Amino acid sequence: MVKRILIFFIVAYSPIVYAQNLDLLDDPEAAPVTEYAFATFKTNRVVNGHSVETVAKREFDFKISHRFGFVSGGFYDLFGLDQATMRIGGDYGITDNLNVGIGRSTVDKTYDGFVKYKFLKQSTGAKNIPVTAAWISHMGIATSKFTQPNRENQFSHRVHYTHQLLVARKFTEGLSVQLSPTLVHKNLVDSANLKNDILAVGIGVRQKLTNRTTLNLEYYYTLPSQLEENKTDVLSVGFDIETGGHVFQLFFTNSSGPFEKSFITDTKAKWLDGDIRFGFNIARVFNF
Amino acid sequence: MKKTTILTFAILGLMLGAFKNHSGGIYKTNTGNINFFSHTSIEDITADNHKVKTAFDATSGKIQFSALIKDFEFPKALMQEHFNENYMESTTFPKSTFSGTIENMAAVKTTVDGIYTSKVSGKLTIKDVTKDVATIGTFTVKSGVVNTKATFTINPEDYNIKIPKTVSGKISREIKITVDADYRHAH
Repeated sequence: MVKRILIFFIVAYSPIVYAQNLDLLDDPEAAPVTEYAFATFKTNRVVNGHSVETVAKREFDFKISHRFGFVSGGFYDLFGLDQATMRIGGDYGITDNLNVGIGRSTVDKTYDGFVKYKFLKQSTGAKNIPVTAAWISHMGIATSKFTQPNRENQFSHRVHYTHQLLVARKFTEGLSVQLSPTLVHKNLVDSANLKNDILAVGIGVRQKLTNRTTLNLEYYYTLPSQLEENKTDVLSVGFDIETGGHVFQLFFTNSSGPFEKSFITDTKAKWLDGDIRFGFNIARVFNF
Repeated sequence: MKKTTILTFAILGLMLGAFKNHSGGIYKTNTGNINFFSHTSIEDITADNHKVKTAFDATSGKIQFSALIKDFEFPKALMQEHFNENYMESTTFPKSTFSGTIENMAAVKTTVDGIYTSKVSGKLTIKDVTKDVATIGTFTVKSGVVNTKATFTINPEDYNIKIPKTVSGKISREIKITVDADYRHAH
């Protein structure tokens, strides 16, 4: 009996060899660390609208975006490729959290610019913050000729603004969801009974398929009774492919608008009518 | 009765042995440096981790390293993001560790200023894949600081680090790892 107890103690105190013994590094007084979520989306756009991602300091994200004609146009129009709206632009990182951007679109020959500031980063550990959040303010100036040259046209009639709060959460390594409450302000609207201020909420979902490819969904819901009867909300389904320095976003959408005021408030095509377009964004990051 | 006495002494000996490591001779740092370098004709890629936790026991020769993947700093932020998200999957595999032995510990006189070398061998774990690694460590003792330097080469594909065909020419299959740490006596 005593022998059995003694043998038990021998076994209990024998040095135990672990595959990766790291006992020398044990530090019970180590300060708790904060783990920040990163790469919530593959790039700074969900599909049409901005994501919470910002360009890092001194990086320039060059963007070319195309939205084509209706796929239902058939082979004659090469499924819409014969008609295209285009935006060329870029986002620049002043700091990791503060970005500015410019762009020029074929739609109304619009020049746009924005300032985007990421003020909250999702984290766990010492600091627990459930979401990443950013504010973005855009301004666009349409430079195409006024449609009604006989009325009194002022420069301010060319201008529109969009302000958005972008709030996103990376739920798992693969799944991120973003909500984007939005205000679009048009200095000039087409008739007196239309509002200059349009409220909308964007919802974006991104699900990783592999490490470098994702499926994205984006919908901008405009609150009722703000737009003309024939306007609809924009819905887009897309596929992101990330290579070394590029992100290719390929998608189907009903809107041809390459900037916020256009795709949120000027969309007339309806998915249920089969008026779907193919579009793509190509983003290429350069370092300075 | 005699067998019980022998067993008792055996237990006491083992118990003392179990406590042996806690009695001084431990050298530590939380700011060790590890650099990795990949050279190809298209591009050189390098990153530094200045927050490596490492310690060795000057009595037994046991030496251990733990490095957080997200602490590897790249000159380009986007490259750092891709390294973490796509290559190292650092959310799933946050650390890389090494556990091994300074094989000729007796020759490394940590209390006498001088330069000493010894073979260091052990197990390196990256992305939960463990492989044997061996190299020569150079220990420079000066004014109570033991600086340790070592270099070795690994093939990323041995550790389940997948390199897509499109960038295959940009990433070497011989990544040079350089370790440089200033250890100080812990107790």
